[in-house]
Amino acid sequence: MLFGYEWDLSSPLAFAVSILPILLIGMWVTIQAAVLGFLVALVLGLLFAVLKSAPSRWVSWPAAVVTEFIRDTPLLVQLFFLYYVLPEYGVVLPAFMTGALALGIQYSAYTSEVYRAGLEAVSRDQHEAARALNLSAVRTFTHIVVPQAVPRIVPAMGNYLVSIMKDVPVLSVVTVLEMLNVAKIVGDRTFSYLIPLSLVGGLYLIMTLVASAGVRLLDAWLPKQGIPLK
Amino acid sequence: MHWTEYAAPLLQGAWVTTQLTVYSTVLGAVLAFAAGIGKLSGNWVLKGVSVAYIEVFRGTSLLVQLFWLYFALPLAGAAIGLDLRLPPVLAGVLALGLNIGAYGAEVVRGAIQAVHTDQHEAARALNFSPRQTLWDIVIPQAVPEMMPSFGNLAVQNLKDTALVSLISLGDLTFRAEQIRNFTQDSTTIYTMVLFTYFGMALVLTVIMRALERYLARWRAAKG
Amino acid sequence: MSDNTDPIITFDQVVKRFGDLTVLDKLDFEVKRGEKVTIIGPSGSGKSTVLRILMTLEGIDGGVVTVGGEPLWHEQGPEGLRPASEAHLRKMRSRLGMVFQQFNLFPHMTVLRNITEAPVKVLGLSKVEARTRAEELLELVGLADQAQKYPHQLSGGQQQRVGIARALAMRPDVLLFDEPTSALDPELVGEVLNVIGQLAEEHDLTMLLVTHEMRFAREVSDRVCFFDQGRIREQGTPEQLFTDPREQRTREFLAAVLDA
Repeated sequence: MLFGYEWDLSSPLAFAVSILPILLIGMWVTIQAAVLGFLVALVLGLLFAVLKSAPSRWVSWPAAVVTEFIRDTPLLVQLFFLYYVLPEYGVVLPAFMTGALALGIQYSAYTSEVYRAGLEAVSRDQHEAARALNLSAVRTFTHIVVPQAVPRIVPAMGNYLVSIMKDVPVLSVVTVLEMLNVAKIVGDRTFSYLIPLSLVGGLYLIMTLVASAGVRLLDAWLPKQGIPLK
Repeated sequence: MHWTEYAAPLLQGAWVTTQLTVYSTVLGAVLAFAAGIGKLSGNWVLKGVSVAYIEVFRGTSLLVQLFWLYFALPLAGAAIGLDLRLPPVLAGVLALGLNIGAYGAEVVRGAIQAVHTDQHEAARALNFSPRQTLWDIVIPQAVPEMMPSFGNLAVQNLKDTALVSLISLGDLTFRAEQIRNFTQDSTTIYTMVLFTYFGMALVLTVIMRALERYLARWRAAKG
Repeated sequence: MSDNTDPIITFDQVVKRFGDLTVLDKLDFEVKRGEKVTIIGPSGSGKSTVLRILMTLEGIDGGVVTVGGEPLWHEQGPEGLRPASEAHLRKMRSRLGMVFQQFNLFPHMTVLRNITEAPVKVLGLSKVEARTRAEELLELVGLADQAQKYPHQLSGGQQQRVGIARALAMRPDVLLFDEPTSALDPELVGEVLNVIGQLAEEHDLTMLLVTHEMRFAREVSDRVCFFDQGRIREQGTPEQLFTDPREQRTREFLAAVLDA
């Protein structure tokens, strides 16, 4: 019994059907963790991107080193670090939050690069034209640069969301009840791992296929030249 | 315990991590070429297997794949009367290799397709067989294009080796957890471990860049 | 001897379509052994397609093409002609060689290796034999000292001369030139033209050239064919065609090209 559902070990099919609701509850946790982690990555990544583009080397170099460090070290170790070290400094977060934070930090290193590439891709000409029209720096940014950068950024960010979903199982080591952890618990209790783990694999395939299709749809829906402004 | 006393067991763990990275990256490279070329094949069985392999291993989580190989495969084997219990090392190398191979396959496929049709036509005019064209003409030109992505995948693989600690394989992360359980000195240990991985990643990047330059030396000849 | 008078290439009512577009429209065409033929004509008239069909880079949709008396895209089956197998194509392909507009040298191989690779891998020559042959050919095209360079280190004219040597290394009966100088800077055209002219004079190789360079047509050919809309509009010796074209279309084309 888990989450109020009993499993039925009479036949493989019955077993599979009976644990499906349990796994789906785990999947919901997976999705929540992925989305929250993604949001953290978006915000933190933007911060890093801005810092890395700063004119002063005292700001841009440390920012670059930090993002490289995050990029080159394993998510699992970063997660352990946050999980065990933060409480020592008085920061006590629920495991789910720690997990989402770890995901967000790991992926902020990647999203910061997407931001930079997307912003740089909006050509120099646009900046010069805006200057010639005497637009303020802020207005240039919000009305000229950002609407054109968004269609370039969205596909790459979308793909990272799919990647984050695939990294969520790592959170199981800090007891987050995402899909793989749930399957493993069922397996531990029934000594029957084959069906739970295979189902998880299948559910993951479906999840990533749906998410990837969603990203492609969004990419197709966005006009290539930029978000139209009235 | 003083941090210097952590160094020895951590280095042992780092050595295991290094070996895992090397074996799984080599396995991954072989699979990447097999599936990348297979996906371009006219033979629909080969193509189907390649596509299925790539989609399944790219579409599912590495940890799920690892756990499946370690926990579920033996049960599947028992059901058909085979002993498919894998020692953690084998399960780890296999999972990592299969995973990285699927991503690598797309890199291989893309680079091969990027070689201009002109080259295929010149090869055909000279009467090279399709196999000779692929291995003698196309792949040598495709490989330098693959290297930057392969470099990234190699570092990703290095990071992914940390997951084998979850099936009790004595890599760097496993050793770190062991020591932490014993001494509760989380900050020191995990800081050391993070820096060790960072150092290993930098070394790996340097090696991959050197390899890239070696494979593209014909491009570097002064124009 | 009948061998010497039989045409080495024939196109018999050949049709070639690309989608809705009919590029070759029941083409009849012949080339005699040892002849040097230049094909001129507007873009899209099917000139390059003729060469590509011969080099087996494109198939045909109707008619029969023969090389050396044997069908190219067909083979003799028990009940007449049937589409050629890959093995048959490979056998036939060995009689032809091609020089490409974009040279298409193998960038990852030295000049020498570009020339020896096919003789070794396809013809089974030993490395020593292939090297000797390659060095002779490099001597012929005037690039003996460039053997160890890579293609990107050479000028366009030099690369094309390597391309010619590479094709010759396979000892084809027929050498096809698909706009060999169209991708070259004007001052480099001459060196390639000279090599081709030399080849034409000193060897009884059959040569089929598609080109915009009227110099080729005049200086190198035995016969010039004017192609238009998938057929031969007019053909004759260079003197005939250039000084006294019979067809109006030929006149228009020549006027436009020679003026430019």
